[in-house]
Amino acid sequence: MSAAPPRKLKVATTSLAGCFGCHMSLLDIDERLFPLLDKIQFDRSPLTDIKHCGKCDIGIIEGGVCNAENVRVLQEFRANCRILVAIGACAVTGGLPAQRNHLDLGLCLQEVYETEPSLSKGCIPDDPELPLPLDKVHPLHEVVKVDYFIPGCPPSADAIWSFLTDLIAGRTPRLGHGLISYD
Amino acid sequence: MSKRPTFILDDQEVPFEPGQTVLQAALAAGRYIPHLCYHPEFRPHGSCKVCTARVDGRMMAACTTPASPGINVESETEELNDLRRMLVQMLFAEGNHFCPSCEASGNCVLQALGYDLGVLTAGFRHMFPVRPVDASHPDILLDFNRCVLCELCVRASNEVDGKGVFALSGRGIDKHLVVNAESNQLADTDIALDDKAMEVCPVGVILKKRVGFAVPIGERRYDRAPISAQALADAPRSPEHKK
Ligand code: SF4
Ligand code: SF4
Repeated sequence: MSAAPPRKLKVATTSLAGCFGCHMSLLDIDERLFPLLDKIQFDRSPLTDIKHCGKCDIGIIEGGVCNAENVRVLQEFRANCRILVAIGACAVTGGLPAQRNHLDLGLCLQEVYETEPSLSKGCIPDDPELPLPLDKVHPLHEVVKVDYFIPGCPPSADAIWSFLTDLIAGRTPRLGHGLISYD
Repeated sequence: MSKRPTFILDDQEVPFEPGQTVLQAALAAGRYIPHLCYHPEFRPHGSCKVCTARVDGRMMAACTTPASPGINVESETEELNDLRRMLVQMLFAEGNHFCPSCEASGNCVLQALGYDLGVLTAGFRHMFPVRPVDASHPDILLDFNRCVLCELCVRASNEVDGKGVFALSGRGIDKHLVVNAESNQLADTDIALDDKAMEVCPVGVILKKRVGFAVPIGERRYDRAPISAQALADAPRSPEHKK
């Protein structure tokens, strides 16, 4: 009688204030996705369109925290994921969205919505459905505890692959020369 | 065999010439000690402290500590590399470093040190200081957001170009780079494109306009080999340690 196959690890992913580049890089691991899918099963993720994160082994988050909705989603991931991974420059340091941090948020919104010529009758959106922007863009670890960081904009597919294979095999992931990159 | 005096670096003998510092002797012998503000062509400055080592039990900057016979230097320890990681993180947090949009990326010493030391995250809350760029000069851009206050440009402009274009002003967290013109604008200095000061900045502050991405990302200096290997390749080597 053969032993039951090992339980697949549950993985959730999401993008906060990010551009989905890190998710594209995850897809860029190409045919290695097949052996990966033997070992993991996606829970909440833009790839599954599940809206809320269930109990998971690994949560992978791209993008920094720039509004109230980002805070809520990040806290849901932290509450449900055993291991939380900040992936990409925005999640790790705030990234390019954090370039607004030394500017006044009100002036930024005015600049975009009131002076942009293509929005001739522009006004700053205030629909209650829209999440409230935060004064500053924050990296994830300023809001919740983060277990692992993969820098890069985005990290290369090889970096993600190397990280995930180490983590799934129970090794401490290490990114050596060529895999660790801040750009 | 060499009759030169020696000291001990991480349990191995390193020969030195009188007048060399611990860092110079180590590099000449093919042994890497991480460093940022040190440059083989300039007088050691001792400001960044990345090269801090334990010399006979005391923390010292290896770039300014004279090599002397029999001293015991520890450099490659977890404790010291932890301190170096923290220094790199502090430099990232106190400036505005957006590597994905920086044209020095891949050629940058701060970034390459981060890679070599395994710095994965900022570690500190970013300060996001307001530091407007100086684009006044027709051919040269100054992006103060990335300055790590190493004074290499100051040393190069004074000692090689004989112009004194750059200086550091202020103290502590208010310390910043200034240019030598009443207007405070680079355009009003006598800097020239072929000045030594144009090539020494270890990060992306002093940039030539219109050449930004001549070498594609991925093929740049520290993309090709880690900084530890590149620093040894650049160092003046003692004859017996030349490959
Ligand atoms: S100077 Fe170096 S560390 Fe700073 S943004 Fe540019 S590449 Fe990154
Ligand atoms: S501009 Fe560059 S070379 Fe000059 S002090 Fe700043 S970091 Fe050093």
